[in-house]
Amino acid sequence: MTVSTAASPATPAAILHDPTSELAPEMRPRRAAPPSLEGRVVALQGIGKQRSDEFLDHVKTRLEARGIATIRTDKPTNARRAPTGLLQRIATEADVVVQALAD
Amino acid sequence: MERILLPQEGLAVVVKRDCPTCRLIEPVLERLAGGPGGLAVLSQDDPGFPAAVQGVVDDTELEHSFRLGIETVPTLLCFEGGKEAGRAVGWNRADWRELTSMPDLGAELPEFQPGCGSRSVEPGAAERLRARFGKTGIEARRVALQPHADAVEACFERGWTDGLPVVPPTPERILRMLAGTHRTPGEVVGAVPPDYADCTVEKVAINAVLAGCKPEYMPVLLAALDAALDPGFTLHGILCSTCFTAPLIIVNGPVAGRIGMNAGLNVLGQGNRANATIGRALNLIVRNVGGGRPGEIDRATFGAPSKYTFCFAEDESDEEWEPLSVSRGLPRGASAVTLFQGEGVQGIMDQRSRTPEELTASLAACLLAVCHPKICEWAHAVLLLSPEHYAIYREAGWGRARITEALLEATTRPLSEVARGAEGLAEGVPDSEARRRVPKFPPGGLLLVRAGGAAGLYSAILAGWPGGRAWQHSHPITREIEP
Repeated sequence: MTVSTAASPATPAAILHDPTSELAPEMRPRRAAPPSLEGRVVALQGIGKQRSDEFLDHVKTRLEARGIATIRTDKPTNARRAPTGLLQRIATEADVVVQALAD
Repeated sequence: MERILLPQEGLAVVVKRDCPTCRLIEPVLERLAGGPGGLAVLSQDDPGFPAAVQGVVDDTELEHSFRLGIETVPTLLCFEGGKEAGRAVGWNRADWRELTSMPDLGAELPEFQPGCGSRSVEPGAAERLRARFGKTGIEARRVALQPHADAVEACFERGWTDGLPVVPPTPERILRMLAGTHRTPGEVVGAVPPDYADCTVEKVAINAVLAGCKPEYMPVLLAALDAALDPGFTLHGILCSTCFTAPLIIVNGPVAGRIGMNAGLNVLGQGNRANATIGRALNLIVRNVGGGRPGEIDRATFGAPSKYTFCFAEDESDEEWEPLSVSRGLPRGASAVTLFQGEGVQGIMDQRSRTPEELTASLAACLLAVCHPKICEWAHAVLLLSPEHYAIYREAGWGRARITEALLEATTRPLSEVARGAEGLAEGVPDSEARRRVPKFPPGGLLLVRAGGAAGLYSAILAGWPGGRAWQHSHPITREIEP
């Protein structure tokens, strides 16, 4: 008698099946940018990277010179997702977000 | 884990330590394993069993048992040319001797001892193994979650819920749900508004999983969806309307008892799984398959808690009472759903009426408030009679037909009382009406249902969708439930 072996497939990731009509793509599309910033509030969001303040201060000056309101928000650290409270504040107080991502 | 490709030639046996028969035949297994042809032993629960056999294959994941279709242990299999040439189930000495060509095998053992159930066919195992190792046949788009993702949260993030947590629709749960119906997964039940997307039996099952249904609820849910998609139910309008309405499901017949539906105490309240989840599943289908989401095409001004779920069974314990489904043309004993365009619950407390005439007048006064006391022929209504209120009618010999007739008469009023502007109220019936008396409800517009707990001189109005002048085109729908 011979017994042969083969590697089994890796443990699969958790799989769900879509309950929808699948008319929408699996990935949610990015919301379109507004055609104009006029009358909108822009959140200037630092993510904890160096020199983001410098960049955002510059953007703030340029926006306010055009009469566009801004708020300033900051993630505690770039190593973690933004806390829920911060996301809720941005969602309720701002229409557009500018993030300072790089050093 | 290593995956065994079973022997091209020779013998294999599937066992588990927990099985007394498997333990009984340990000497036989030891002899076969040590013989010239050898024996591949696959253990479902303990790779150290049998202790006297070397190289026992660990099948605690049950992949081999699943692929071999093992239903009982021990099962002895004989392979020739890479294919199964025979199997012996349980311990049957004659069969084992024939398969092994060993005429003296197991002489010290009894001739026969049945085996035990394979772990691969324990409740719930079959679908789990099929989902993991087999072909599920599920056509719906696969969504692979990120490692460590919380599946319940993933459902929220994808917008699949009504605001409450849902049961994640994993392949094994969907397969289990599909086992609750004889209908094929790919069958299209109908096009669900507002997107008018085709809804297959498989999509129904996925949403039933989300809602928390048991598989045996599927026939009720499928019948409810079928009724909801009848053009006469005007699901699109109900959904898109600014009004309060949602599909209300009333279940009649033996199926209600079989799946444990509530028709009694707290019938409209929480606590019964079938009542709660069948109604919820229908609303989730409207949301997920039809695309009917609040704030988008669903423009309800207030909405109502019934938009989460609204489903119950009629109390058919009194044989003298004609069930709703029978009054709508189905034979007694048939299981059925009646779909009604319902909104909330308006309670009626009348603890003073003692005669059917008194109670009719009292209930009629309350029914006039549906939509507005002066709006007529716009909405249907369900009147739920509690056991104590019904007893007043029953003792007087009044059944469904007579009660309905009396209520319709008592809710018909002179045009002078309901005309626009009359009684100092701007709302009302156009005073250009030629009729002198105006009924509150359109023809067939008042449905009586018996339900509720034993104590309480109450009734309840479940007002319907004020489809307005289009009431002729929007009405309740009854469907027999396929077994």
